[in-house]
Amino acid sequence: MVLKRIAFGLLILGIVVWAVFPFAWAVITSLKVGSALFTVEAWPSQPSLANYTAIFNEQPFGRNILNSLLAAASVVALSLGLAVLAAYALGRVGFRGRGLLLFVVLGVSMFPQVAVLSGLFELVRWLGLYNRIGSLMLSYLIFTLPFTVWVLTTFMRELPKELEEAAMVDGAGPFVIVTRVFLPLMGPALAATGLLAFIAAWNEFLFALTFTLTDDARTVPVAIALMSGASQYELPWGRIMAASVVVTVPLIGLVLLFQRRIVSGLTAGAVKG
Amino acid sequence: MNAHRTPSLERQRRRAAWLFLLPMLVVLAGVAGWPLVRTVFFSFTDATLGTLDGFRGVGLDNYLWLMRDPVWWRAVWNTLLFTVVSVAVETALGLGIALILNAHLPGRGLLRAAVLIPWAIPTVVSAQMWGWMFHDLYGVVNAILLGIGLIAEPRAWTADPDLALPVVIAVDVWKSTPFMALLILAALQMLPRDLYEAARVDGVHPVKVFFRVTLPLIRPALMVAVLFRTLDALRVFDLMYVLTGNSRSTMSMSVYARQYLIDFQDVGYGSAAATVLVLVLAAATVLAVTLGRVRVDAGG
Repeated sequence: MVLKRIAFGLLILGIVVWAVFPFAWAVITSLKVGSALFTVEAWPSQPSLANYTAIFNEQPFGRNILNSLLAAASVVALSLGLAVLAAYALGRVGFRGRGLLLFVVLGVSMFPQVAVLSGLFELVRWLGLYNRIGSLMLSYLIFTLPFTVWVLTTFMRELPKELEEAAMVDGAGPFVIVTRVFLPLMGPALAATGLLAFIAAWNEFLFALTFTLTDDARTVPVAIALMSGASQYELPWGRIMAASVVVTVPLIGLVLLFQRRIVSGLTAGAVKG
Repeated sequence: MNAHRTPSLERQRRRAAWLFLLPMLVVLAGVAGWPLVRTVFFSFTDATLGTLDGFRGVGLDNYLWLMRDPVWWRAVWNTLLFTVVSVAVETALGLGIALILNAHLPGRGLLRAAVLIPWAIPTVVSAQMWGWMFHDLYGVVNAILLGIGLIAEPRAWTADPDLALPVVIAVDVWKSTPFMALLILAALQMLPRDLYEAARVDGVHPVKVFFRVTLPLIRPALMVAVLFRTLDALRVFDLMYVLTGNSRSTMSMSVYARQYLIDFQDVGYGSAAATVLVLVLAAATVLAVTLGRVRVDAGG
């Protein structure tokens, strides 16, 4: 029995190390400069923050973070606004074609982004949005909108019928019911759904890589992927790791803080067999 | 419907429902429907990125060229291999972690917090982190494996054609297993407790309980999770692009399509590749729904 407990403890420890080590190694690397980068040591003998100052002073990384924040925040706000209305219709009103619509919404969130790339490129150029944040606000809707609609629909369905009926007896129309009766109850659901959509938009790579060109217009993932050194063969690993740590720490913080809500948000749409 | 709702009230609700749906449907048609139609359309033309409005139809030529390109078939093979292996490993590991998290063991909270970390890290960042760890000269993986004597000389993990795809799969497993584990855990937590009490009282072996009781009960949820991951894996792009660039030994169908669309500016041909990818995903979905009897429903 004791042996079994120890074995389980070791197993759990092993999984924890496996999950956490790469990030820990990124932190350690980000503190190394010069030749220290090219020796494998558990902790740098002379830890330095030079990589962190360099990404903000010598590269427009601050601007990249701002771009990512702006694109993700606006696309999430827009998606939630559209999705609340749509979710009421899909979750609480019985009409013909509802099942088909839900299927279409899910289908859109599933299809490969590369499949809309040429059509979107044409649209982005036509709207004059190439190399601007607007192109990302437009294209990110393709995955944030179906996701928020889907999750909020499952949530809307579970709100008590009596609430709506009482409001109807009082003469409230559908719009008043959504905005005055349901919306105040949906704070937690909106927060969880919004956070997940935000993370998805924050992490997006393909559209951001394709629709932006200059360093200033890039988002965080593109900046990290394309960070280069003096020559093609000399990647600035210290800086890449510093940038990675900067954008990952807030995400890990948010995720750990909202653990429970995230798990319920993730499973709301997915696990209903 | 309740008796006190008059038919006209119900009609009013339905009209409002369509009104509420309209903005979402217009946006989806604009950012998804129309671009998809254009992609399919372009796939039958010789359009290039520079001449998106001056092109001519070429019939099925792009598709015929695609079928004759060994690099494309390599990309198809890479994508399918990546999908099957990574989803299988993630399901097995995810199931294991979910079972540990569901058992009331000490260290459970720590474990759950720890497995959320890979999930929270952007794919691009995790690709860079692992790319550095797998670095041929200064990577920690080589240092550790050399240290414990598992390899005799440093390996070029991401450059070696035989090792690159396994490395990509390993990174994906690290990143996506938590998602699997959390979805399976949610299903496990919905199972009735008294069922297990009964099995325990009857002295049924835990392994037998797992295969006879647990697995059949979580099967629907498990299948949905597997389908979601499969569709996600089939369209993989970020991981290969950042970890190994446009290297043929790991190139996925998405990487191939984007390379032609943007780098080579051959919109017609790239669109054909993208269209085939859509068909593959559609086929996978149909297969899952019919053969696997996966039911996806918003809170049915």
